[in-house]
Amino acid sequence: MGTEQEDSKSEKVVSSADKDITDELDLIAKKYLRGDGANLEVLKDKKLRGQLAVREELYSKSAKAAAKAEKWLNPCGEGYLEAEGLEKPWRAKQPSIVHEVDILSSRKAFDIVLPELGPYTVDYTSSGRYMAVAGRKGHLAIMDMKSMDLVKELQVRETVRDVVFLHNELYFAAAQKKYPYIYNREGTELHCLKEHGAVQKLQFLKNHFLLATVNKFGQLHYQDITMGDMVANLRTGLGRCDVMQVNPFNAVVGLGHTCGKVTMWKPTSAVPLVKMLCHHGPISAMAYHPGGNLMATAGLDRKIKLWDLRKFEVLHTYSCHAKTLQFSQKGLLAIGNGSLVQIWKDSSGDQNYSRYMSHSMAKGYQVGKVMFQPYEDVLGLGHSMGMSCILVPGSGEPNFDSWVANPFETSKQRREKEVHSLLDKLPPETIMLDPTKIGTMRPARKKEQPSKQEMEAEMEAAIAAAKSAPFKKKTKGRNKPSRREKKKQEGVVKAKRPFLDQQMKEEEHISKKKQRISEEVQLPKALQRFARKKVV
Amino acid sequence: MKVKVISRSTEEFTRERSNDLQRVFRNFDPNLRPQEKATEYVRAVNSAKLEKIFAKPFIGAMDGHFDAVSCMAKNPNHLKGIFSGSMDGDIRLWDMASRQTVCQFPGHQGAVRGLTASTDGRILVSCGTDCTVRLWKVPNSSVMESDESSDNSSEPLAVYVWKNAFWAVDHQWEGDQFATAGAQVDIWDHNRSEPIRSFEWGKDTAISVRFNPGEPNVLATSASDRSIILYDLRLSSPVRKLIMKTKTNSISWNPMEPMNFTAANEDCNCYSYDCRKLDEAKCVHKDHVSAVMDIDYSPTGREFVTGSYDRTVRIFQYNGGHSREIYHTKRMQRVFCVKFSCDASYVISGSDDTNLRLWKAKASEQLGVLLPRERKKQEYLEAVKNRYKHLPEVKRIVRHRHLPKPIYKAATLRRTMTEADRRKAERRKAHSAPGSMPTEPMRKKRIIKEVE
Repeated sequence: MGTEQEDSKSEKVVSSADKDITDELDLIAKKYLRGDGANLEVLKDKKLRGQLAVREELYSKSAKAAAKAEKWLNPCGEGYLEAEGLEKPWRAKQPSIVHEVDILSSRKAFDIVLPELGPYTVDYTSSGRYMAVAGRKGHLAIMDMKSMDLVKELQVRETVRDVVFLHNELYFAAAQKKYPYIYNREGTELHCLKEHGAVQKLQFLKNHFLLATVNKFGQLHYQDITMGDMVANLRTGLGRCDVMQVNPFNAVVGLGHTCGKVTMWKPTSAVPLVKMLCHHGPISAMAYHPGGNLMATAGLDRKIKLWDLRKFEVLHTYSCHAKTLQFSQKGLLAIGNGSLVQIWKDSSGDQNYSRYMSHSMAKGYQVGKVMFQPYEDVLGLGHSMGMSCILVPGSGEPNFDSWVANPFETSKQRREKEVHSLLDKLPPETIMLDPTKIGTMRPARKKEQPSKQEMEAEMEAAIAAAKSAPFKKKTKGRNKPSRREKKKQEGVVKAKRPFLDQQMKEEEHISKKKQRISEEVQLPKALQRFARKKVV
Repeated sequence: MKVKVISRSTEEFTRERSNDLQRVFRNFDPNLRPQEKATEYVRAVNSAKLEKIFAKPFIGAMDGHFDAVSCMAKNPNHLKGIFSGSMDGDIRLWDMASRQTVCQFPGHQGAVRGLTASTDGRILVSCGTDCTVRLWKVPNSSVMESDESSDNSSEPLAVYVWKNAFWAVDHQWEGDQFATAGAQVDIWDHNRSEPIRSFEWGKDTAISVRFNPGEPNVLATSASDRSIILYDLRLSSPVRKLIMKTKTNSISWNPMEPMNFTAANEDCNCYSYDCRKLDEAKCVHKDHVSAVMDIDYSPTGREFVTGSYDRTVRIFQYNGGHSREIYHTKRMQRVFCVKFSCDASYVISGSDDTNLRLWKAKASEQLGVLLPRERKKQEYLEAVKNRYKHLPEVKRIVRHRHLPKPIYKAATLRRTMTEADRRKAERRKAHSAPGSMPTEPMRKKRIIKEVE
């Protein structure tokens, strides 16, 4: 007896563990389903419904397979920083974190002090392998972050305002005093993009191969770097602008203006897609969450706001200064202000960010740019006295995809990938607020009016409801049958009225139309202008 | 304090030796691939364009006959072999791989009108306007492989002379009987010099005959009195007759759904019927601009090929109203016979210009062995194209075919005419008493009656 009981118990344990795993897998699979399936119940076409049902089943199968692959096959786990006892994670200093981690990772945190040519700005390639550094006074450099080598360093003897990598580490663009330039890795100047003017900020849309720039006069330029043609030249009309960020989800360019507005642009329309007043006072920084539905803006009015980009509403407002903002791949928010860098984390899952880490530079350093290194737990900082990297556990995506961005890419793989990404180059028309709309049906614009029979049925239902409405028991002669009957009739008339009104309106409309047509028909064309105008 | 950061050692993530394969890591997270729908759409457009670029369906012509090719037969036992008969009485066996004549079968005095091979592939039956049926021994495949230089020609196994000219012949799928069509439908046995039985329904000539692939005793014939007749060898009389408004030139049974057959009609259309329900066609396949002369189903049963008097060959889906593909060349004249090859990847057409032409069934398909990666890539592109086929750009590219000018004009003219007819019928209906002129679907319109 006893053994049997034990057996059944162990079975139960196993089954509950299985259930846990399937629950977990279902939870993961939700991400891969990319939204809910179509509602097949409403479809009248049986054949289509059958086809779509098969398709939906395929989707769920592939989502499950992807979830299983994520659960069992991923080689790396996410980074984390957990406090024990009375410790607080935001009190942890960089040296103590560096002390705790392995030697390989501890090398990733460093400071480079270059006091002469600052302030500095930084940019990473999409795989996170290379970093470009630009000093205001003309210092450009590319570093290999895996081997910590300096690949190339050059001095352009001109103001450099921004630097950005193009599709791979072989090319980068720098916004210089009068024009932006494109250099290759050896430091050879390849192109001078004179049409762009004195550019303030540069961004590269890597799926579209577009270089987006905004210049001193608030003009937004898009240039296709494969064919070299200027795709769009848009005037924002909101003056000088030095806050620019691309939404990675839909490749819409966001600009922050001095009037406190944020505008969002696509190259195929001359007016912004969205214009929103975010702050009372100039915008100082903005950043997009990689999921695409969350935007953070900071203004000189000492506010940081988190916006829901589906509803264009504020989710949270925090009182805090920020010179620069950046979301990491895992959704941490880095805020740079003066010599202090704070990292916020959405610990509760409802976009309510709270502080997670903080790091203060030496006094007097001004952080100009924060940028998370993709696929690493590293935050790159460009500041007035050089640049530095700090460790931020849990910021990067631990598992890279070799076909998307490979930090260990060989030159052969890079060449192959360049060809493939050029074949898949997206046309500028595919930039839109909701990129999932491509290939879907446009919803019917007209609302279908209810048919006459439906209207009648509705009216009858309303009358029946009015007739069967319960009565209160009244006293003193008010409960007489005649009174009750009268009351009932009133109720019926009341229920009928809106329907009758609507019917009348429609009939009137139709008769008016008929009249108009008949009038026009009656008179010859030459005399129509003498027809009596109807007095309304 | 517990701290962990991402740390990847180079050894773990790269190959050990230079002759190893590069290591590949996958992460299917949608966040890493923004704008994936746009990317897929671009891929669909590109693959549709590439398909157009690679669409080179014509493989080669096989010439050798001295007169128009009137009929062909597949060798069910040998993939590369195809028999063809011409109007001057010449029968040839071709090797499709080398596009050479392997063997000739001389003997017919007039035109060869029908060719068929027995299911085991040993015996070839031919018939012609010289009122003879001839049985030939098919040379085995080793002969086919051997030298092409020596002029192989073989003697008939048997010659059966009968009363009237023959129009078509078809062999039973299982068993050793075959049927000829002429003044009447005759059923023959290999070893008997006279037909074992004859069927007749009406006085008109039967012009094509086809046995059912699933039920060996059932056959369908079409006659010059515009009828399609179904016979059952187990019964003494014909089973059913369907009379249409125009003549049916040829019939082909769907090998995968053997109750369905498709009739190639003189009125430029093909009609798919269920033989149990002949009062209405299952599908009307329109696109040809002149009489459809011959039809043959792919062994997969999903598509069929037709040859037409308008000098084109078209491939249709078994349930599609319009053709998937059109093949034409400047030199190809009226097409009298078409065949799908036994592996469903080639199409052979025989035409008035004495040539047999070999086409790919899928115009842009890559011939030869595909590497697994190539195959996967092509499957992926096919799926993407299928997913975005409704979008205007993809649809336009996939649908577009260059047509020869006469065919383009004829198609426009036909469209105008049908549109005018439709308008006229609509007006007639509008001006007559309601319900007195019911609209008849195209599936029923061309049927006159069904006789049991």
